[in-house]
Amino acid sequence: MTANRRTWWHTGLGVVFTALMLFPVYWMINVSFTRDQDMRKSPPDWFPVNGTLEGYRAVLEQQGPYLATSLVVGLGTVALTLVISAPAAFSLARLRPRGGGVLSFLLLVAQMIPGVIMAMGFYAIYLSTGVLNTVPGLILADSTLAVPFAVLIFTTFMSGIPEELLQAARVDGAGALRTFWSIVLPVSRNAVITVSLFAFLWAWSDFVFASTLDQGGDHQPITLGIYHYIGNNNQQWNAIMATAVIASIPATVLLVLAQRYVAAGVTAGAVKD
Amino acid sequence: MRAGPRSKPARTSPSRGRQTKESMKHATQTPAAPTADDGREPAPAGAAGGALRRIVRRPGQRAPGKSAPGKSAAGQWTAWAFLAPVVIYLLAFYAYPLYRNVDLSLRNYTVRSFVQGDAPFTGLANYAKAVGDATFGPALWHTVVFTLVSLAFQFTIGLALAVFFTRHFRLSATLRALFLVPWLLPLIVSSSTWSWMLNSDSGVVNAVLHAFGIGPVNWLTSPDWSLWSVTIANIWIGIPFNLVVLYSGLQAIPSHIHEAAALDGASGWQRFWRVTFPLLRPVSAITLLLGLVYTLKVFDIIWIMTKGGPSDASTTLATWSYRLGFGNLLPSFGPGAAVGNLLIVIALVSGLVYIRVQRRQALA
Repeated sequence: MTANRRTWWHTGLGVVFTALMLFPVYWMINVSFTRDQDMRKSPPDWFPVNGTLEGYRAVLEQQGPYLATSLVVGLGTVALTLVISAPAAFSLARLRPRGGGVLSFLLLVAQMIPGVIMAMGFYAIYLSTGVLNTVPGLILADSTLAVPFAVLIFTTFMSGIPEELLQAARVDGAGALRTFWSIVLPVSRNAVITVSLFAFLWAWSDFVFASTLDQGGDHQPITLGIYHYIGNNNQQWNAIMATAVIASIPATVLLVLAQRYVAAGVTAGAVKD
Repeated sequence: MRAGPRSKPARTSPSRGRQTKESMKHATQTPAAPTADDGREPAPAGAAGGALRRIVRRPGQRAPGKSAPGKSAAGQWTAWAFLAPVVIYLLAFYAYPLYRNVDLSLRNYTVRSFVQGDAPFTGLANYAKAVGDATFGPALWHTVVFTLVSLAFQFTIGLALAVFFTRHFRLSATLRALFLVPWLLPLIVSSSTWSWMLNSDSGVVNAVLHAFGIGPVNWLTSPDWSLWSVTIANIWIGIPFNLVVLYSGLQAIPSHIHEAAALDGASGWQRFWRVTFPLLRPVSAITLLLGLVYTLKVFDIIWIMTKGGPSDASTTLATWSYRLGFGNLLPSFGPGAAVGNLLIVIALVSGLVYIRVQRRQALA
């Protein structure tokens, strides 16, 4: 009885903390439904009582191409990241390359380079090679956000594959490539999903590379769509926030899926093990 | 940098040997059949934890029972064949842009010579120009304040919440997962939401303050407040990362240690300061180190909320570098690249200093 009551007390407190933390998210949703004429009301409406879908209508009319570009960039980044990181991780985890430790360390350091600096270097290269303001250029740059992380996750995961499995393959005469393709990759499904989700999310959320390398592009991602919206003089905040809500969908999907796939995929690397 | 984080836990954590053994046992089970408690661990916990494990693991230390196909020369060829894509990738998309960036900073580029690539070599002139600029001092100071204040609050709040969540109560796993939302949202989404919340006339923050009789604060448009506004937003975004990593660190502390301390009559507060906190030190150190490196390079939040203004009041080295390179009609890539490279040096140096201090304290 007392124990039970204590638990409920904690739950109550936890709900309060979470509500405080998530208030900005709630506010984004609330504003996205607010009518233009109520936008500057003081005090503001705490709930969208006179809700409108104007904002979402504006998004559907104006932001479609941006969303489509982001989708393409996200999927491209996922593909590129998987192709590069999975074989590397297999080697680091299983094939004992000499100097593998140094490479892992370099990957760790690579993650720490400020995006602004990478952007400037990419800009210089892209300008002379003509990749500036193109979708492939953006995909390449965005993949640098995900590749080191992906190698890390895959390596941790693949180190955990039972040795018997690989030995059996070897006994059957499978070479390294065959082992990788037919055994290691299928078994690493959860890691593949984890890496894909995060790579997609990061590419989808990227602003630094988009605003520098795709500033004048015909196909711009949703982050620039929102940024142009904010820059407008007559700021339509319900439309801005409606775009923000839609831009948050991948994050929400990731969080929901996280319970099933991502968790299983990455516990191998958690500190608690 | 390398020796630091890797060798440190070996000295601080007496139970290291045990942990390693356990981790290996766990690792071998994972892919085949996710264990029952997998569901409790939200994604980024593992993600961040993976990074931690990676740092903590010493070079050459591997799970047991590995075959050694890599011993032969042929094995080495195979191993490096698999690594080839990532090596080429690192050279082409990390090393080369970085090289170009250094090159930019050492030449006097104009828009014309940027396209033609015949800019004259000017040595460290861009660096001298950047350091001598009136913006340099304030930008450096803002970077320091922004980073230290963000870290202090993110870590403290994150740790408090992590301790709170270690008591398993109803809904605790769900609530903990919800806490990740700010971390997962695109930065432009959270930054523009905060911009609107902090709007002087119609923002909800000022509306709440008004209810308490506090006059409107010009959060984003007053030079006195803009740095604090972007810092608040950054703290909000950083809390989940700290919470998740510290939570997994707390989970790693065996519960019997707490039970023993409780039997000895230690109060909850004493148990935290004398038992939990010291045992959490390696994880805290890495959390803060990663936080330091990540906060130094924050750009999106500040740029979207204030563009570094008004009158440079919230300009940090990262936003200044961006503004020099991309923010004006006439870009000055040379100084911009120079500022960016200074930022890398500052990140490296402060990281090294931090590791140094940590190690000395750990030895003492």
